[in-house]
Amino acid sequence: MSEVRLQSVRKVYPGGVEAVKGVSLEIADGQFCVLVGPSGCGKSTLLRMVAGLETISGGTCSIGDRIVNEVEPADRDIAMVFQNYALYPHMSVYDNMAYGLRNRGTPKDEIDRRVREAARILEVEPFLERKPRALSGGQRQRVAMGRAIVRKPKVFLFDEPLSNLDAKLRIQMRVEIKKLQRALATTSIYVTHDQLEAMTLADQLVVMNKGQVEQAGAPITLYERPMTIFVAGFIGAPPMNLLDMPATGLPGLSLATPVSGPVTLGVRPEHLELSAENGALAIDLTVTAVEAVGAESYIYGALGGQGPEIIVRIPGRDLPAIGASLRAIARSENLHFFSRETGIRLN
Amino acid sequence: MVQRRRLLDFLPHLILMLGVAIVAFPVYVAFIASTWDAATISNGSMPLRPGPHFAENYYRTIFIGTSSSTREPVGTMMLNSLIMALTIAIGKIAISLISAFAVVYFRFPFRMTAFWIIFVTLMLPVEVRIFPTYKIVADLNLLDTFAGLTIPLIASATATLLFRQFFMTVPDELVEASKIDGAGPMKFFFDTLLPLSITSVAAMFVIQFIYGWNQYLWPLLITTKDNMQTIVIAIKKMIVTQDALTEWQLAMATAILAMLPPVFVVVVMQRLFVKGLVETEK
Repeated sequence: MSEVRLQSVRKVYPGGVEAVKGVSLEIADGQFCVLVGPSGCGKSTLLRMVAGLETISGGTCSIGDRIVNEVEPADRDIAMVFQNYALYPHMSVYDNMAYGLRNRGTPKDEIDRRVREAARILEVEPFLERKPRALSGGQRQRVAMGRAIVRKPKVFLFDEPLSNLDAKLRIQMRVEIKKLQRALATTSIYVTHDQLEAMTLADQLVVMNKGQVEQAGAPITLYERPMTIFVAGFIGAPPMNLLDMPATGLPGLSLATPVSGPVTLGVRPEHLELSAENGALAIDLTVTAVEAVGAESYIYGALGGQGPEIIVRIPGRDLPAIGASLRAIARSENLHFFSRETGIRLN
Repeated sequence: MVQRRRLLDFLPHLILMLGVAIVAFPVYVAFIASTWDAATISNGSMPLRPGPHFAENYYRTIFIGTSSSTREPVGTMMLNSLIMALTIAIGKIAISLISAFAVVYFRFPFRMTAFWIIFVTLMLPVEVRIFPTYKIVADLNLLDTFAGLTIPLIASATATLLFRQFFMTVPDELVEASKIDGAGPMKFFFDTLLPLSITSVAAMFVIQFIYGWNQYLWPLLITTKDNMQTIVIAIKKMIVTQDALTEWQLAMATAILAMLPPVFVVVVMQRLFVKGLVETEK
């Protein structure tokens, strides 16, 4: 079996910077785990520690039943896809894919069989004799994936593999990666800063911030019940409305059940609807800007006329005028309360 | 408009042609001189067209040598020069590649110190350290040997720096991909780094071959036997002082012969340069 288990893994760089501060994580066999977070949150460092490209300063990392802290990258039975693909520029596509197998002394006909099979799966057969520079970005990406799958490793590691592609290709490759991972059922760890990529690919989504795991779980759980303010603000587009509630309340905002203490109230733009009635939450806002993106529209408004900005998502293109006063309501199950001091969920 | 264009096209070409003529004319004269007999050259009325003694002069130069000071045929000296230049060029490239590889890819104690020591030797060309170097070579009984002729000239800060700069532009991901693909350091060096450096190696080879071929001071000091002489020294020795008669046709033939290998290297390697420039790959 090839589950990956991290136990309070730490990375301290010489000079004392702590990039990863004790991360514990379990990735089940065949699971697709996505690490997401802002740049500098330690997600790439964590991936590189699993790969063996960075030493582990503390804690243990195990792949299968084996603790791999001191194991060379080549002996960890992993394969990695890099952001810039890292194809060997002087080797043909075929040699790029075969190189790792040759170094391991795989028999020639076995190499040939595996490379051709990978090429068939990834549809790069016509380019096998070409050099990487004669390929487009998407084709290079496929070759990089091919190099990973020919090895039949226990774990795939992806380090922002789609960042260098254009938007259209990125969506296409995202779907293909997901399909491929399903078909091969290989444990995968995928690093990205794109939350849409993270949401769509992950079986287990891990949101990281400042070297720590903020929350790990199924993507939909993170969306529905973010456990910290950070996760609430990070997952979802446009982002969740987060309002710091003073004890005296905010002008223009009324809650059916008032809250006490310094809390932050969160409500997603898609959970607000325009209505004259009262809900668990009712907010009055003055429209400052509108955006129509086709099937839906976003209304930007100032709470109570001059308060913090609120985003409301409405279906269709029936847009209010700038400066109009509106009331938006939300149901109680869609309200998120966080402690303002600790950032932790309260309800 | 068209007129002005033509003029603007013509002017740079004219300047370039003049430049070529200035450079090429002495070479042409040397070649012409190598095809006449000594009497025609020395009476000062040598025509500017090829003379009748081409085969005879070159045969004598390559296989027999001059009748006076240098008694060795130029063929031997060319071979000496070739061995020296090739050993220096290949040795410099090999040692520089390895030291640059060490400095860029390995973390060892005093790595930067090692690098700076190499760097500082830029200030110590052979001319500066000639006495101690000579002493060492003499004490090691390497006078009049190819080892003595080449080894002190092989260590090269220039090539090490060039390769270091190049290695630093190679993306780290390639090293990491190699590690994951199970290639050790030397395998990475030979399978990935060396093929990528091939154009820098070619450039270095051209520069260092010509450097080695043109060595004058060091061979002059180290070689005493006639059969160890290099061609550059031979030219100098052929042009003897006032009273004796310099065999100009042979001296000129030697000069032309001395020019050929560097020209050959440049012409052959130039194609690799262009190929390297067109196929820039990292």
